[in-house]
Amino acid sequence: MPQTTPNSSENSVPIPLPSQDSMLQRERVRSAWLFLLPMLIVLAGVAGWPLLKTIWFGFTDARLDNLSGANFIGFQNYLEWVDYGEGDGEYFGLLADSEWWYAFRNTIYFSVVSVTMETILGTIVALVLNSSFKGRGFIRAAVLVPWAIPTIVSAKMWAWMMNDQFGILNDIGMTIGLLSEPIAWTASPDTAMLAVLIVDVWKTTPFMALLILAGLQMVPADIYEVAKLDGVNPIKVFFRVTLPLIKQALAVAVIFRALDALRVFDLIYVLTPGNSQTRTMSVIAQENLFQFDKFAYGSAASTLLFLVIAGITILYIKLAKLDFEGGK
Amino acid sequence: MAEVELKNIHKVFGRIKPVHVIRDVSLLIQDGDFVVFVGPSGCGKSTLLRMIAGLEDITQGDLFIGGQHVNDQTPSKRGIGMVFQSYALYPHMSVYENMAFGLKLAKGSKETIDQKVRQTASTLQLDGLMERKPKELSGGQRQRVAIGRAITREPKVFLFDEPLSNLDAALRVQMRMEIAKLHQRLGSTMIYVTHDQVEAMTLADKIVVLQAGKVEQFGAPLELYQQPSNQFVAGFIGSPKMNFLRGILEQTGPNSKVRLVNGIVLEAAVDTSKASTGDSITLGVRPEHLSLQAAGNLSGEILLSEHLGNEALVHIDWYSGEESLIVRIEGAGKVQGRGNCQVDIPADQCHLFDAQGNAFPRTATLD
Amino acid sequence: MNLLKQTAFYALVLVIAVFALFPFYYAILTSFKSGTDIFIVDYLPRVFSLANYTQVLTTGTFLQNLLNSVFTSTIVVVISLFLGVTAAYSLARIQFRGRRLLLLTILSVSMFPQIAVLAGLFEMVRWFGLYNSLWSLVLAYMIFTLPFTVWVLTAFMRDLPIEVEEAAIVDGASSWVIISKVFLPLMWPALVTTGLLAFIAAWNEFLFALTFISSNNVRTVPVAIALLSGATEHEIPWGSIMAASVIVTIPLVVLVLIFQRKIVSGLTAGAVKG
Repeated sequence: MPQTTPNSSENSVPIPLPSQDSMLQRERVRSAWLFLLPMLIVLAGVAGWPLLKTIWFGFTDARLDNLSGANFIGFQNYLEWVDYGEGDGEYFGLLADSEWWYAFRNTIYFSVVSVTMETILGTIVALVLNSSFKGRGFIRAAVLVPWAIPTIVSAKMWAWMMNDQFGILNDIGMTIGLLSEPIAWTASPDTAMLAVLIVDVWKTTPFMALLILAGLQMVPADIYEVAKLDGVNPIKVFFRVTLPLIKQALAVAVIFRALDALRVFDLIYVLTPGNSQTRTMSVIAQENLFQFDKFAYGSAASTLLFLVIAGITILYIKLAKLDFEGGK
Repeated sequence: MAEVELKNIHKVFGRIKPVHVIRDVSLLIQDGDFVVFVGPSGCGKSTLLRMIAGLEDITQGDLFIGGQHVNDQTPSKRGIGMVFQSYALYPHMSVYENMAFGLKLAKGSKETIDQKVRQTASTLQLDGLMERKPKELSGGQRQRVAIGRAITREPKVFLFDEPLSNLDAALRVQMRMEIAKLHQRLGSTMIYVTHDQVEAMTLADKIVVLQAGKVEQFGAPLELYQQPSNQFVAGFIGSPKMNFLRGILEQTGPNSKVRLVNGIVLEAAVDTSKASTGDSITLGVRPEHLSLQAAGNLSGEILLSEHLGNEALVHIDWYSGEESLIVRIEGAGKVQGRGNCQVDIPADQCHLFDAQGNAFPRTATLD
Repeated sequence: MNLLKQTAFYALVLVIAVFALFPFYYAILTSFKSGTDIFIVDYLPRVFSLANYTQVLTTGTFLQNLLNSVFTSTIVVVISLFLGVTAAYSLARIQFRGRRLLLLTILSVSMFPQIAVLAGLFEMVRWFGLYNSLWSLVLAYMIFTLPFTVWVLTAFMRDLPIEVEEAAIVDGASSWVIISKVFLPLMWPALVTTGLLAFIAAWNEFLFALTFISSNNVRTVPVAIALLSGATEHEIPWGSIMAASVIVTIPLVVLVLIFQRKIVSGLTAGAVKG
């Protein structure tokens, strides 16, 4: 007689759920953590601890020549009320510092404008690179060059082109009649921000273009062919068809760029040093930390910047509903 | 000794929304047997194999290989060798290195390793290919390397996870023969997973039919063919599928009578003493056991004939609303399409299944 | 109509190419001018002189700065790849509680503004006695190379076929053997890409290099270029600056051009697939 198991009804056997994973699984998990440990330790030491320390310093009166002797002073670096007596007093501290708020404004302005410009221009460049034409390889290589150049070098190259006396930018402007006299692009308060934006856009558009291009290349070619067959206007195709499909790639590219823009330092420091029109929050923090001998104040500024960026990131992720796991 | 025993094995996937994929499976696989796990997609056959291999955890139950309790042992310590569906060869290693890898990890001496690898290679006719990389090999060659890699470690049990699915039809037949010869030569216990019941019937000493994580029947191929324990197994084994005709039990006893839905009464050499008259019953009969006669016990209209050269499959409408009957006719003789016909359903070739699908014992003498 | 569209398209392409390449071209142009030629605006090469290059390479510490940058970036890459590969295996291949949270945390570290850790790192560097040493930079650069390396390598490792890993497990390979003997050879392209991107990031870094190093001969290239000063306080040696810039940039541009495709796939694996 053959061995059989009769056809029993569906749920006659209760589902057993183990109280813990098998030994095999537990061993694997253990080795997983073992492999992660070195990296985590380094990361904690290089990012976690210093961050906490910076936050701590913001609550003290630390000075560069006496870091270990710092005393806790609460929120004084952020906001304190100093009484002059007779009902007279003043607010001191970061939150009452007009220079800080100016820097805050500069940073936001810079970020919004640069990211917007880079997204739009990046999309245009990506669209160009996505179509096939003779010399596409050369153009793609050409477009990568600004990205490959170190920020400092870009700053210096443009600083030279924007030089008020011998710069080629002024030369072109005057020759074609756009300018009546040479402009001190990087020094003048009117044009400093513009100068910084120009260089940043020049330098970073390739990066955006690449990310957007990757998103574009994930759109199946058939969709465009159907649109062409249907005779749909290419601009409409872009807005109705392409754009929704690359939304995810765009969203990721934008947040990465925005974060970089919010913490910009190198470019400002080298291209327009000491200029109040371009001073961003990072610059203020660094100046206070190492130039004005206000280490604790600078730490508080660093902490505030961190909170701003963290806040914006969380907000963005929630709004854009980004999925970062990427599957198993 | 390389017998494999499964005792009340369960597998549940997921914590938040648990899925019970293997339900209370108990099997005893004798040393040296070639056992095939077969069943429709999603029945759990691959999962069961991987649990034996150690690539999936056993949620509950016990697994014994060669008498040892191996639930908590890593695959390499269980004495198993595995051949994967996609061969899973190491792409950057040569054929030689692929087959030597496991032995090197077990820290054998260079001479022993070399000897074992070369011996296996010549048995599988891989001699000239030892230095090649997998991407330079054909599908059949890669499969042989995959088998060779398993052989060199001299496992107690060989596990095959649908190894022929990626090959074309002709190659599949050839490799099937090679695997059968391999089993004859090595005599090891082999567990083989496939969804193809032809492979199962030709290769197996014993077959395990699985459905939705449960064992429907475990027995020799002929047993499953002649005495399926339920309707599922009856319909799964044998191609084309067994015909099922619904009806009511008219007479119980060692020989039964069934009144089909179209009113015709058929005799069946099946013992239904445990049932009562009036019970719902399904009569099963294989297409190869039917014939078209001038006078038969069921009449119908020919819908369509499929001519395959050596045989013809005739689809007959015997009652509206019911699935058509398939009759298999030997030879290339033409059957005139469309028109009435008579089918002869011999009593000793009938199977009877109750309302739950369980089979009644057959009383006919089986060859 | 089509001809009009085509010309417009190629005009756009031309504009893009010119805009992208002109500053670099102009820097090269300037670097080959010496003395008073610099003060004359030229659009096309008119004179040719290697004076700036000799000046940059023989006086000052520029050559030493180049070596410093090479040293620092290379070591950073080696350490990051090593730590990254082992971490990526755990994150890509092994299921464990908290994995998702961990991945997000690692990603979030790469979003830290460098300034936020500057104060704390400064104290740490001083405490370890690494101030004015290149090792301070090797340490500090981990903050952006590690998350990036882990992220990209995890994405690449996820794509490796699982059956090859299972075959190795059946053959008796431990996790370490799987990583070193089975996965590593298959991940060559990913390692090159990630290494290259990490190298470029380390090479370009400015803030930490400015803060932690005070001696000219220990400085790295970006800071060295930024601080290049002339004979008098108000004289900016544009010629030397351009020459130094070109020296630094040419190898980078060549590297990027050679590894174009790999770099693009690396960036997008990190960002888009992410």
